[in-house]
Amino acid sequence: MRAGLAALLALPLALSACGGGSGGGTTSGASDTLRVLDYYNSDPNATLWKTAIENCGKTIGMKIDREAVPGETLIQKVLQQSSSKTLPDVLMLDNPDVQQIAASGALAPLDDLGIDATGVADGVIKASTYEGKLYALQPVTNTIALFYNKKIFEAAGLTPPTTWDELKTTAAKLTQGDKYGFAMSNINTYEGTWQFLPFMWSNGGDEKDINTPETAAALQLVKDLLDQKSLSQSTVTWSQADVADQFAAGNAAMMINGPWNFGTLDAVEGLEYGIVPIPAPTAGGTVVSPFGGEAWTIPQTGDEAKQKKAAELVTCLNSDDNEVTISVGTGTVPTKPALASQVTAKNPNLEAFASQVPDLRARTGELGPEWPDAATKIYTAVQNALVGGMTPEAALAQAQNG
Amino acid sequence: MAEVATEGRAARRASARPAAGGPAKARGSHTLRTRLVEVAFVVPAVVYLVLFFGYPVVKNIVMGFQAYTTKTFFTGEAPWVGLENYRNVFGDAIFNRSVVNTLLFTAGSIAGQFVLGMAIALFFHKRFALSGVLRSLILLPWLIPMIAGTAVWRWILDTDNGALNRILSALPGVDVSPNWLTSTSLALVAVIGVNIWLGIPFNMTILYGGLQEIPEELYEAGALDGATGWRAFRHITWPMLRPVVTVVLVLGVVYTLKVLDVILGLTNGGPANSTQTISTFSYDTSFRQFDFGAGAALGNILIVISLVFAVVYLRLNRRAIDE
Repeated sequence: MRAGLAALLALPLALSACGGGSGGGTTSGASDTLRVLDYYNSDPNATLWKTAIENCGKTIGMKIDREAVPGETLIQKVLQQSSSKTLPDVLMLDNPDVQQIAASGALAPLDDLGIDATGVADGVIKASTYEGKLYALQPVTNTIALFYNKKIFEAAGLTPPTTWDELKTTAAKLTQGDKYGFAMSNINTYEGTWQFLPFMWSNGGDEKDINTPETAAALQLVKDLLDQKSLSQSTVTWSQADVADQFAAGNAAMMINGPWNFGTLDAVEGLEYGIVPIPAPTAGGTVVSPFGGEAWTIPQTGDEAKQKKAAELVTCLNSDDNEVTISVGTGTVPTKPALASQVTAKNPNLEAFASQVPDLRARTGELGPEWPDAATKIYTAVQNALVGGMTPEAALAQAQNG
Repeated sequence: MAEVATEGRAARRASARPAAGGPAKARGSHTLRTRLVEVAFVVPAVVYLVLFFGYPVVKNIVMGFQAYTTKTFFTGEAPWVGLENYRNVFGDAIFNRSVVNTLLFTAGSIAGQFVLGMAIALFFHKRFALSGVLRSLILLPWLIPMIAGTAVWRWILDTDNGALNRILSALPGVDVSPNWLTSTSLALVAVIGVNIWLGIPFNMTILYGGLQEIPEELYEAGALDGATGWRAFRHITWPMLRPVVTVVLVLGVVYTLKVLDVILGLTNGGPANSTQTISTFSYDTSFRQFDFGAGAALGNILIVISLVFAVVYLRLNRRAIDE
């Protein structure tokens, strides 16, 4: 009872503390503690990152106060903390969100804090750069590739496709009864856009203007796969996790997906899978894929001494040793191409992903904070063409012109 | 406890004191005190309403006229843009689609929920063995968390491996496997169907309560005059039930207009926006594209539509009281 009363009395104080500090003052605790916010809340990420962050804390002589929130609530949390001036000292962001948050003014440019991104792949740096300044440093990344069921392929005497035409014929041959040859996610969220991008980009399509013959041809490919029944119509509601479930259950002989599914797939008894790059439009073409993964940023807390320490922590998290350890442990690949061989030596399944790193393209590379708008247009056009009764050309034109 | 007792004594002493003064003065301070007490009783409700209803509504209306984006959270600046958010929203093809879908979704859900809810309520009105147990089982959809409910429905309605299509294919002479959630023509039907399933308990419970209130003598008297079965329903049950029916329908409309979780869980507004309603569109605009201004504008449009029905409800209610 007494404690409750005390809390009531303290409430106005707490409220005024939140409301104050118009200059970006921070409510961070003791001066020897760094507050860290991320969404690594499930294993293997949770344990590996906890260890990495705590070890780096020891290295730079700071205590760590870390909070890991569920992935989908991170941005809401960041926005709340922005308005109450309680941003953490070190903040993890999904890479396509970095520029949008940087544009809001909440992040500190890393160049000024002496952070160096030498050796990191160009595409990755592009995602972390806003108006010419580096705002984030991303240690590991992932992307998508073509998974195939080895047993089904052996039984049919086929090899994994390398071109779009091969993809269509192979998928058709492997479609029998209620088993589909191919699976991918064309859901009406950014996940669907992410899965469509390798087809669009590899064919020369561009997010600035999606109303082009190149993007239409890519969309036509997916529509052909659907029309020839090699791809289930459920593709328009499947998330990537649903796609992995279909592949794991043997309902699809091939799928587009990423290395974060290794855990799910390896747990399935009798499932043998191989991974190859996503088929190119024509033989020998370059495949351009988007990349995933999270980047570390330093919010504008107004406490310069702490920002310096935060910069040391971010540098430590992006050290070569840490990139290799995290990559091997979480099924990702280092953003520094030079480190790839150290990781693929330990996990050969990552080869198809590591080899793509130098060519990876940032979703926010061209449009920056405007990317979500383009991403929405892309998945809307894809859905309209696949099940909305529109031709790819008409769907793309309608989406582009709003 | 001790404090309460002390206060009680103090209050008694205080109330005893005015008696010593002049009678007129006593009455004056007495009425003032009564007024103060009355106000004190109202204050918590008013504070609650202003804080939790007034503030968000006003904030939402204001936000609809602002360029309110992620930037606003850090800088605190939300430039005034007048009617631009509304212009953008009205000019969006998806908005027109979502208005039509909202109307179809609401009309379809209400019709289905009401007819089935009424049928089940009438069924249970006739007492029979285990009717109480069965009636409580009908409430189950209410007790299941919506996220779990929609996940199960997604599995039931899946084209290739869903329970519904498996059952259909097992039936003799049936050779179809409808794309319940993935075709633009069926998805809205499927979503309405699930929402009807969800709304039946509410309709049944309220209508069943209404039926219990109708005096048995009316039916006995009616039976003597030859009114049984359908005629008894038409001339006794329906007129007696009308006030309850009004409540069920109007509240149903207001609840259904703002349904979000069912649609998000089943189709997320897709495929190709075929199940996009004003509320899912508003959610998507605000919390996926972070255009809080346009999202608020959509929310305000929804509030106005709901308000119309709320006014209808209040007027009908007042008329019922007057009668």
